[in-house]
Amino acid sequence: MWQYILKRLLGAIPTLLVLITISFFLIRVAPGGPFDTEKSLPPEIQANLEKKYHLDEPLYQQYLRYLGNILRGDFGPSFQYKDFTVTELIAKGFPVSLTLGGLALLLAVIIGVSLGTVAAVRQNSWVDYALMSTAMTGISIPNFVVAPLLILFFAIYLNWLPAGGWNGGHWLYLILPVLALSLRYIAYIARLMRGSMIEVLRSDYIRTARAKGLSMPKVVLKHALKPALMPVVSYLGPAAAGIITGSVVIEKIFGVPGLGRYFVQGALNRDYTLVMGVVVFIGVLIVVFNLIVDILYAVLDPKIRLQGKG
Amino acid sequence: MRSTPKTGNAMTDPLLSIRDLTVQFQTQDETITAVNHVSFDIPKGKTVGLVGESGSGKSVTSLAIMGLIPQPPGRITSGELLFKGEDLLKKSESEMRKIRGDRISMIFQEPMTSLNPVFRIGSQIAEVLMLHRGMRKKEAWEKAEYLLDQVGIPDPKKKIRAYPHELSGGQKQRVMIAMAIACEPELLICDEPTTALDVTIQKQVLDLMLDLQDKYHMGMLFITHDLGVIADLADDVVVMYRSNIVETGPVDTIFTNAKHPYTKGLIACRPLLEGNPRRLLTVADYMDEAGNEKIVPAERFEPMVKEDKSGNPVLLEVKNLKTWFPVKGGFFGTTKDHIKAVDDVSLTVHKGETLGLVGESGCGKTTLGRTILRLQSATDGEVIYDGTSIMDLSGEALRAMRSRMQIIFQDPYSSLNPRMTIGDILTEPMAIHGIGDNKKDRYARAQELMRKVDLKPEQLSRHPHEFSGGQRQRICIARALAVEPEFIICDESVSALDVSVQAQVLNLLLDLQEEMGLTYIFISHDLSVVNFISDRVGVMYQGRLLELDTAEEIYKNPKTDYTRNLLAAIPKGIPKSLLQQRRNTL
Repeated sequence: MWQYILKRLLGAIPTLLVLITISFFLIRVAPGGPFDTEKSLPPEIQANLEKKYHLDEPLYQQYLRYLGNILRGDFGPSFQYKDFTVTELIAKGFPVSLTLGGLALLLAVIIGVSLGTVAAVRQNSWVDYALMSTAMTGISIPNFVVAPLLILFFAIYLNWLPAGGWNGGHWLYLILPVLALSLRYIAYIARLMRGSMIEVLRSDYIRTARAKGLSMPKVVLKHALKPALMPVVSYLGPAAAGIITGSVVIEKIFGVPGLGRYFVQGALNRDYTLVMGVVVFIGVLIVVFNLIVDILYAVLDPKIRLQGKG
Repeated sequence: MRSTPKTGNAMTDPLLSIRDLTVQFQTQDETITAVNHVSFDIPKGKTVGLVGESGSGKSVTSLAIMGLIPQPPGRITSGELLFKGEDLLKKSESEMRKIRGDRISMIFQEPMTSLNPVFRIGSQIAEVLMLHRGMRKKEAWEKAEYLLDQVGIPDPKKKIRAYPHELSGGQKQRVMIAMAIACEPELLICDEPTTALDVTIQKQVLDLMLDLQDKYHMGMLFITHDLGVIADLADDVVVMYRSNIVETGPVDTIFTNAKHPYTKGLIACRPLLEGNPRRLLTVADYMDEAGNEKIVPAERFEPMVKEDKSGNPVLLEVKNLKTWFPVKGGFFGTTKDHIKAVDDVSLTVHKGETLGLVGESGCGKTTLGRTILRLQSATDGEVIYDGTSIMDLSGEALRAMRSRMQIIFQDPYSSLNPRMTIGDILTEPMAIHGIGDNKKDRYARAQELMRKVDLKPEQLSRHPHEFSGGQRQRICIARALAVEPEFIICDESVSALDVSVQAQVLNLLLDLQEEMGLTYIFISHDLSVVNFISDRVGVMYQGRLLELDTAEEIYKNPKTDYTRNLLAAIPKGIPKSLLQQRRNTL
């Protein structure tokens, strides 16, 4: 098991290196620089600033320096938030994003799996049709449309919930962003779950379970649920990546002080180190999450032996 | 033969009495009657064999007893199922749940898929005991361990914690049996429990079931398409054909004095080790389409005489062929060991000959066939086809060689692309290999192929799902013939078919061989089939060719213990008295 984890983490190094390299050069290709302002700075100050942040060095040297710093765990200073290092900014934003994303993912799995199971058990009934057409709609609408609609309805017309803000993570402030972020994943997981549950319910071992004298709810909850969850689990990797990137938009719309906000602002201000820091951090996060998903998969399906378990 | 007296009519107090059962299924276009006014009894402690081909309604009957017919689309329109005098059809779902798995339990055909893959076998057995006997977990697991021991699972203490995929097919079926007998049911329904198993395993499982029946005095309903399997097992036989019962009676009477032409056909269609007619008799020889009896012409009984084809020129020579699969492991995934699927096999096949390859699952016979065709690359050794070594062929030369060698697979359901018409399926390989001048010509050739395999040329525009299993296998044969090969490997090509259909396909293969001078390698786990169709037979075990000789020599004078065991495990098929009778007519 540990051998497998180690192997997977080592295997992620080339992926991360490619990620770092591409984003490092891409953001520098973008026109403008971190110290371009409305009023242009005097050339000597500009030169001093660039010298301080090593921006006067040739690009390859900057790249190697950056790699060296990352190896030491140093993401560098932020160009924009001059009093903070990138590491500090991430440490500040991450707990917020984690709360938002984690809750969204949890909600997506719980509701998606339940709805999918109900639709599968009541296959081809009006319940099934209603759930699945709603789900189809949910998948088709992008979150930057859903979010304003939710705000319009629940915050402005009904005035039940705050339209934005974080307020230290008060639960009332969580509801709308979490919902907006998770809706399409709920829909997708429900469809996935329905399909796999229908297939499992048709299988021979479900017939065996019925022949044992188990009641239908027991057959579904005990014998069918676990095998039917497999496709959902393997979707969790991409879903988590989607939720992380999706939260960039959602955080902006709801004014949530998470990583996403830094990411967007950093990109707009050409805050090279901040953008890079967030990119690398998210990259590592996705790698780790995919690893967790694969381990979870092996726990659910005894047929899967993690390679290198020895 | 059973020691218990056969009682065909001691039905004074039957365990289960099926009266006038009719089951219908509603499809979009029509109502299909799957079981039509069926009545028979299962006496206490006795075994009733329910025999019929796929789709005859036998499995639906068993599901009706269990109360597991999906409704809709299914509907029970008439009848009673009197279980100790109480009608099961009048019971509520919750009452039926108490009976299922406790007083009536069932074993299914597919041991591979009938156990839940994500739970330990111990918990799957214990579940029944906790449900019906109210046992606590610990007690139920102890009982499960005892049951595993009872059904002959080695080292039950350890195996009880195994997952289904860690067991062999035979062991899985034993687990299914343990689960079914956990609550000592009064009635045990077995739906083709050994069809998916090798002969030796089949024999072990059947013996086990007989023992258990004696021990627990269960009534048993044994469903099968193969009369041969139940000859040693059943007290009474019920024969179903197209949703109806056509004949019932004590097992001896059925075998020696069958009344209905369908039953006669079923008995005759199974190839026997002791000798067969030139072509196997089929149900169609005894009965016409309308179900009327036909007189079988005397020449149909003319015995099969195998010519000596060893003087024919050699078509295929296999020299010291090895196909090893590496077993990887360790941190760097280095090769630790090899699975020797084919290990140093040498053989020759003469023109116009059929070489049979027998052995149990995993003995390497399929890998050998695939390696000969270069569908699998060899580790070492040589395959020489018609004077040319084919191991190093590539590109155009390999393609040309491919058209001369074809393969027919086991599963006629999955080896035809469901989205293609039969016409496309047959003309595609012709187009690839440049046979036929144009589309029209290829289509004409396809029509001719359909006629050759006894299908209607008009059916070329249809899709695979519109055909039965036997018809699909004919299509697979036609596809193999499409590129005008000289040599065909039949890999378990009749194993998935009912015995009656199997006989037709075997006859077809023999006819085609005679007509077109084909050469076959015929791979099968069924020794009686291999004996019937082959001139020479090779026995494979753990990747090695144990012995290779004429079919007659292998069956009369087996040289190795392994072959002797294989032969002993074949169900006798029909009682000895009848065998004698049949031999006399041959």
